[in-house]
Amino acid sequence: MYSETTIVTPEASQQPLLEGQLVINVGPQHPATHGVLHLVITLEGETIIKIEPHLGYIHRSIEKMSESLTYRQFIYVTSRMDYLSAHINNLACAMCVEKGMQLEVPERAQVIRIIMSELTRIASHELWIGAMAMDLGAFTPFFYTFRERETINDIMEQTCGARLTMNYMVPGGVMYDLHPEFVARVKSFVAQFKSKVSELEDLVTDNIIFRNRTVGVGVLSKEDAISYGCTGPVARASGVDGDIRKRFPYSGYEKLEFEQCIDTAGDSFARYIVRIREMYQSIHIIEQLIDAIPEGDFQAKTKAVIKLPKGEFYTRVETARGELGVYIVSEGATTPYRIKYRSPGFSNLSALNHMAKGSKIGDLMATMGTLDLVIPDIDR
Amino acid sequence: METEVLKTYFSALEPLATFEEGGEWLMVQVPAPNWKNIARKLITERNFDFLFCVTCVDFKTHLTMVYHLRSMQTDETVVIKIQLNRDQPEVATVSDIWRTAEFHEREAFEMFGVQFTGHPDLRKLILPDDFEGFPMRKDFEDPINMIKL
Repeated sequence: MYSETTIVTPEASQQPLLEGQLVINVGPQHPATHGVLHLVITLEGETIIKIEPHLGYIHRSIEKMSESLTYRQFIYVTSRMDYLSAHINNLACAMCVEKGMQLEVPERAQVIRIIMSELTRIASHELWIGAMAMDLGAFTPFFYTFRERETINDIMEQTCGARLTMNYMVPGGVMYDLHPEFVARVKSFVAQFKSKVSELEDLVTDNIIFRNRTVGVGVLSKEDAISYGCTGPVARASGVDGDIRKRFPYSGYEKLEFEQCIDTAGDSFARYIVRIREMYQSIHIIEQLIDAIPEGDFQAKTKAVIKLPKGEFYTRVETARGELGVYIVSEGATTPYRIKYRSPGFSNLSALNHMAKGSKIGDLMATMGTLDLVIPDIDR
Repeated sequence: METEVLKTYFSALEPLATFEEGGEWLMVQVPAPNWKNIARKLITERNFDFLFCVTCVDFKTHLTMVYHLRSMQTDETVVIKIQLNRDQPEVATVSDIWRTAEFHEREAFEMFGVQFTGHPDLRKLILPDDFEGFPMRKDFEDPINMIKL
């Protein structure tokens, strides 16, 4: 199924280096890793022979922590996993609890959840473009993208009370109703985004230096993307049509009209362009909903103490990075017996060695940058 | 309907397989020694090419490996479970069939102590190299860092 890769046997990994080979460490503190990721890279000249990621510098064992927290509490620890899609992580957990309780979520809450998720996705992609362009030596896009991201953060702060770890989801709906100014501010953001994103595209998309550094770099084939378990924009840039919002719609995505952005090149530039197109689709989704937020409850009535029946529950959502799965094993108590978070970054990172092998060390920043690694999401 | 087809398929493939229903997907329990052969057949015959979640659960009396498999063409999903002895958990690796299993198995190895035979590079991934014990097991206690369930 997948292209042949050499298998490193335990003996082989302890073999001494061949003549002319060199081992260098990227990280744990490195400006291009955006977090504490440690890569041990074996080089021959400037060519990458092997990349070994060393993880765990910010491992907090969120899975173990969740085992001792109640079904109302554990949702908010997951904001600290992928802090750029905090909303969507919370949503996945809330949905898993709702699935176990067989709870119907009011329509107003579902619409609010989608709008919030899409705003989060735009904010996350904006940050990524700025940071990635900076890795490749362009400083200006960072300021452009942060201007839009700041507007979203302000909107979030007004309604949720926090800018980054929003903690807005509860089982059965959302925690508070929308701020009275919410609709007007989102509308003005949509207008601002549409007029300003072209500036960003002029600056980055058609930039000859940017194209030279990303086109044809870090190619991942469709078969490999599936075999390595890649999801999200990384897989879609390789031609995998695995958007959870389309294939397994949740929270009312099935009623909306939007496109799944797919590219087939599989290189770093394709991953960039997929994310840019995704931001337009998110804006399109928000435009469909912002004038049609239904009236009614924003939260379903639930008991103070939630108990899930004995069994197993799995939900998945599409975060800005890919498929986040929450797997709960319940023994019928007030706390989960076991929780597993299938984080998108963990699987995407496992493909890095395969993608970067044989390329030059200078291209690693483009390959790694376009994977959009968020380290707390990988370590958990 | 779909479940019935899968059930017939699994009964023919593995006479010892037992089924659990009631969840969202069909859950199949297979014996550990036959897992590798079943895995090879699943990807070639039924096209289960996307292994999206691999994890281990500690049930105090035994460990259970849980594999969530999906076919990217048909969206058919199946959950494979393998019961392991808690004192000597050992199961064959599937990292040569689904590459994503390589990292997930390393995580299960360090957190639960499951030995994956034939794994290309079975070392600790997240924990420090000198860490002792298997922190995700239910009986793990760490008085210094105050970890206790």
